[in-house]
Amino acid sequence: MRKQPDQDHAKHGALPRSDGGSVYVPVQTRSERFSSTEVSEFPEVTGRELEWKLSPVAKLRPLIDGSLVGGEWPYQAEATTGVQLEWIDRADARVGSAGKPEERASANAWSSFERALSVTVSGEEAEDLVLTRSSLTAVPSAAHTIITARKHSRGHVVLHNTGAAMLSENVEIVVEDGAHLTVVSVQQWDTDAVHAASHFARVGRDAHLRHVLVSLDGDVVRINPSVHLVSDGADVELFGAYFSTAGQHIEQQVFVDHDAANTRSRVAYKGALQGRDARSVWVGDVLIRQSGVGTDSYEQNRNLLLTDGARADSIPNLEIETGDIAGAGHASASGRFDDEQLFYLQARGISEEAARRLVVRGFLAEIVQKIGLPDLETKLESAIEAALVPGPSQEGPSN
Amino acid sequence: MSVLEIRDLHVSVETEQGNKKILKGVDLTVNEGEIHAIMGPNGSGKSTLAYTIAGHPKYHVDSGSVKLDGVEVLDMAVDERARAGLFLAMQYPVEIPGVTVSNFLRTAKTALDGAAPPLRPWLKETRQSMANLRMDKSFAERNVNEGFSGGEKKRHEILQLELLKPRFAVLDETDSGLDVDALKVVSEGVNRAKANTGLGLLLITHYTRILRYIKPDFVHVFVEGRIAEEGGPELADRLEDEGYDRFLPIASAGSATIVG
Repeated sequence: MRKQPDQDHAKHGALPRSDGGSVYVPVQTRSERFSSTEVSEFPEVTGRELEWKLSPVAKLRPLIDGSLVGGEWPYQAEATTGVQLEWIDRADARVGSAGKPEERASANAWSSFERALSVTVSGEEAEDLVLTRSSLTAVPSAAHTIITARKHSRGHVVLHNTGAAMLSENVEIVVEDGAHLTVVSVQQWDTDAVHAASHFARVGRDAHLRHVLVSLDGDVVRINPSVHLVSDGADVELFGAYFSTAGQHIEQQVFVDHDAANTRSRVAYKGALQGRDARSVWVGDVLIRQSGVGTDSYEQNRNLLLTDGARADSIPNLEIETGDIAGAGHASASGRFDDEQLFYLQARGISEEAARRLVVRGFLAEIVQKIGLPDLETKLESAIEAALVPGPSQEGPSN
Repeated sequence: MSVLEIRDLHVSVETEQGNKKILKGVDLTVNEGEIHAIMGPNGSGKSTLAYTIAGHPKYHVDSGSVKLDGVEVLDMAVDERARAGLFLAMQYPVEIPGVTVSNFLRTAKTALDGAAPPLRPWLKETRQSMANLRMDKSFAERNVNEGFSGGEKKRHEILQLELLKPRFAVLDETDSGLDVDALKVVSEGVNRAKANTGLGLLLITHYTRILRYIKPDFVHVFVEGRIAEEGGPELADRLEDEGYDRFLPIASAGSATIVG
């Protein structure tokens, strides 16, 4: 059974979806999508494929087709007792334990990387690790990272990305039975950076993964998290906050695969867009297999379009193969800045610009506050506010 | 002494059926420390008057003036009006996700005063006002109006009235939808604000029951976009007994009644 959910775009005055909706549903179930670690096994990308049609393929072309540098890359991290870091070979058994590429840029990185960085969380006391990448280059590169949370461990791993990048990477996340892991990826790249990533997560019995993406800066940022709930009681929360400004493209294609009983997923992505040709794409695929009895899932995406000339694509898809579920819900809404909110705040003496900052910061703060590291949260909220200046009202006549 | 003067105010709105004139020449003077009740049947333009004074972009002023101590309010942006000392307690306050009540109140106070309030006295005052309005402490960390009940929204509006200390406040149907206990709490808050700051109040209401708890100095009956009759508190009593029928055209008489 395939369900194309109705969206509540209508109440915001938006036109119905242009990709066919209920008129024509291609024969396409997410579980049958081709996957391989070999780039040569994928056909040429034309830009018309389902997984590429909303992406700026020309800008991503070096990552899709070009040769990638795959050696060790520089990072900074404060070592802690409960979290180990080591470079491992391609042949290591840990490589490939969470998933396989479903598209060509991901496979290209997989075929190209020479050494993978392994992050292992083993302590039962919660440990924080902030891994900063600030010294990558504009040379097309591949990276592979494997984050493993051992049984019953607790951990918090942040990938903080700044500086230059022309990067295609795969991040594997293995959450073993009973473990609780938070993985955060923050994108504050240089303005001309291009970053394509696939995150593959495998969540074990009664284990919990919280996955947070915060994408603010970079020319193109396309991060596709895919989570396989493989054992009973596995639980995932996927959060995302993004702020796309003029000419920027931020994309995330999310996939949650409910493949065991009594699994739970919550997906919430919120984005703000400001300026001409500011773009965002959110695709939320949720598959509840026959094995996923008792599944409880909910996904939502909200977009706040602050100016003319911005575009947000928001596409939730639910595939449900069993009738015996606890719940499967979805919501998607993309709207303009709410003039009534503006009026309310201004009527309390707050200037229009300050009111806009307050509303946008508040809108995204809900997600940013899921990170759980107060210092980083404060920095990101300030970065969001900074991106809002100058306000739209100062950009001169609107179109 | 401050004075708010409304002169020959004509206001229209754009509707799907075209331009609709709502206010048709309103004259009203409110002095500091006075309480004016504006009463009238639904659709008479009461709320339009409230939102026009506050500067809602939906309402177009065709002619007339609203002056605060001789300065034209209609030339000011919405936030400038608030900083000049005007306040509107809204009938339907909007939700602001992700913005906590405490953050919102502090931001508003800072905007009005031009500087952040000293932290300790401000926190103390906020807590005291919330306690007076029977609001739980946890309220400060909730997002503005998000998931608030009708009564909580009105308390939150009056909390702002007490903390932001305007010179003139328009209360737009603050009594609607409140049970009698909440009505008393909210009315006490309004009376407390007046006792503390001596502000002038424009109390817009369909019903007379809030006037048992907030005593007006003047009552104005609003019909068809203008003031049809004015008087003292006794006029409210008469409306309670007779309803608005005598102010309405014969055709619709009987359809508008006062509910006490």
